[in-house]
Amino acid sequence: MTSPHLEKSAYGEISLKRNPASPRTLFGLVMSSIAGLFTIAAIVPLFIILSYLIGKGISSLSASVFTELPPPPLVDGGGFGNAILGTVLMVGIGALISIPLGIMAAIYLSEFNEGKAAEWIRFATNVLSGVPSIIVGVFAYGVIVLTFKTYSAWAGGFALSILMLPIIVRTTDESLKLVPQDVRQASVGIGANQYQTVLQVVLPAALPAIITGITLAIARAAGETAPLLFTALFTQFWPNWDALLAEPTASLAVLVYNFAIVPFKNQQELAWGAAFILVLLVLFTSVLSRLATAKRTY
Amino acid sequence: MNDPASKIESRSGVERSLDNAFYWSAKLLAFAIAGVLVWITIQVAIAAMPAIKEFGLKFLFSSSWNPVKDQYGVWPAIYGTIVSSAIALAISVPIGLGAAIFLSEDYLHPAMQRVIVFLVELLAAVPSVVYGLWGIFVLIPFLKGFTPLKGQGMLPAALILSVMILPTIAAIARDAITNVDIGLRQASFGLGATRWETIMQIILPAASSGIIGGIMLALGRALGETMAVTMLIGNSNRVAASIFAPSNTVSSLLANQFAEASGLQVAALMYAALILFVITLVVNVLAQLLVTRMQRI
Repeated sequence: MTSPHLEKSAYGEISLKRNPASPRTLFGLVMSSIAGLFTIAAIVPLFIILSYLIGKGISSLSASVFTELPPPPLVDGGGFGNAILGTVLMVGIGALISIPLGIMAAIYLSEFNEGKAAEWIRFATNVLSGVPSIIVGVFAYGVIVLTFKTYSAWAGGFALSILMLPIIVRTTDESLKLVPQDVRQASVGIGANQYQTVLQVVLPAALPAIITGITLAIARAAGETAPLLFTALFTQFWPNWDALLAEPTASLAVLVYNFAIVPFKNQQELAWGAAFILVLLVLFTSVLSRLATAKRTY
Repeated sequence: MNDPASKIESRSGVERSLDNAFYWSAKLLAFAIAGVLVWITIQVAIAAMPAIKEFGLKFLFSSSWNPVKDQYGVWPAIYGTIVSSAIALAISVPIGLGAAIFLSEDYLHPAMQRVIVFLVELLAAVPSVVYGLWGIFVLIPFLKGFTPLKGQGMLPAALILSVMILPTIAAIARDAITNVDIGLRQASFGLGATRWETIMQIILPAASSGIIGGIMLALGRALGETMAVTMLIGNSNRVAASIFAPSNTVSSLLANQFAEASGLQVAALMYAALILFVITLVVNVLAQLLVTRMQRI
């Protein structure tokens, strides 16, 4: 090889110039196109699924859908009012258990950061979020259903709380970490206790981000089906207040499952309507949380 | 403060104990989360005991599932779980990795890039049961048009599974790639490497532990995914070689039979749940270790 400045390539160009026909350039071009195509392939399913949901979902919604009970096969009309109420109840039970627990745990992780212990608990939280939801259902069946000998909204809510817990811990932990250290030091500097600092200064500062995380957890829980299948089961009737909710309870997610696998057109349409509501809920909260986290003040 | 008589005092006993109580309750609840994992393991293991005693390890390799004769084995379900996850990974790893690379390079305007990253993440937010519904009414009729598929089967289940785990792979791989020190990239360009030479020989090897961690997290999700698979796979308890034939997975076995099971069948299902739990636990722990290592680099 002589001096590279004088060397000519096979095409008579100076080698430092970009050669569009060289194998190196072509390889890059091909790979870039493949990566671009794969990116399109990754988001196409979302649009296909959304368009079907909008197409089939909206047409099956009407005012009566929100207030009436599910119809028997081959009977027209009806709705899933009981399933909406059941979902709200069970997600509510799940939230009541997981929010205080999750926020306190996150406070320990972020505010009393004690090195190894906090590392291990973060690790356990991540592993817990990877536990299949059906296993959580099996667990809740063993803990609640077998103990009280009945399917109930409580068992369903308990199962949902375990699925919500890791989401709440992680988002709260992250939002607490974003509060600048100065704020804590200022609080301690004017004589505040640990609990005063955390509860009256740090927590309020991080509250918008924490609420975003909670909303996300609630939306995810509302769409969960597997943990409800044999904890809350399903029913054609309204939740039973006289039995203190200790009876099978309907939910939107299980309704989608039950009515998707039957051959009756009317019930199938209700399944599409319920699925549309669930997805709308998830999309709405996801976009909302994205906007909220984009406008972080710190 | 304005009162000249005020002086600095040590905290009262009440205040001290309040502070202590707050600290300890936070600590207790934090440890309770790790405790939940242990609790799940113990609870499921105890409930599975009768079946473990009855069938032992034979349970894993036996193919009969007969509630009438109380004969149980989960081999077809384990086989279906492994095959469906493997097909899903084979599809979504290249696509997810390709998308991750495309979305971490400077092909697109940053604003556009953020929107697409968000759209990919949205795929993970769609409830599993909605994927199942869509699969039954859209994907299966579509696939029937040009394949030997007769109805539910392995193929539609694995396809839906690949869509569901794609965002996990794409998001974590992208994180790993963008975390690679920019100095490495600049050095590679400085030595005259092209964009793709840099990606293949510098960036991907440097990001490999994060990428593999992401793939394993996706595997964990695929192994345990329940609703969409249950609705699409056909729930036939036989080992079928064809991907067009109905099959079964451990999670869909649980979803289908648990509510109506009694006696030894419950124990057998608990045993199956325990197996699934242990497998996903191992996969998840390994994945977390890899991803955490990536964040430290």
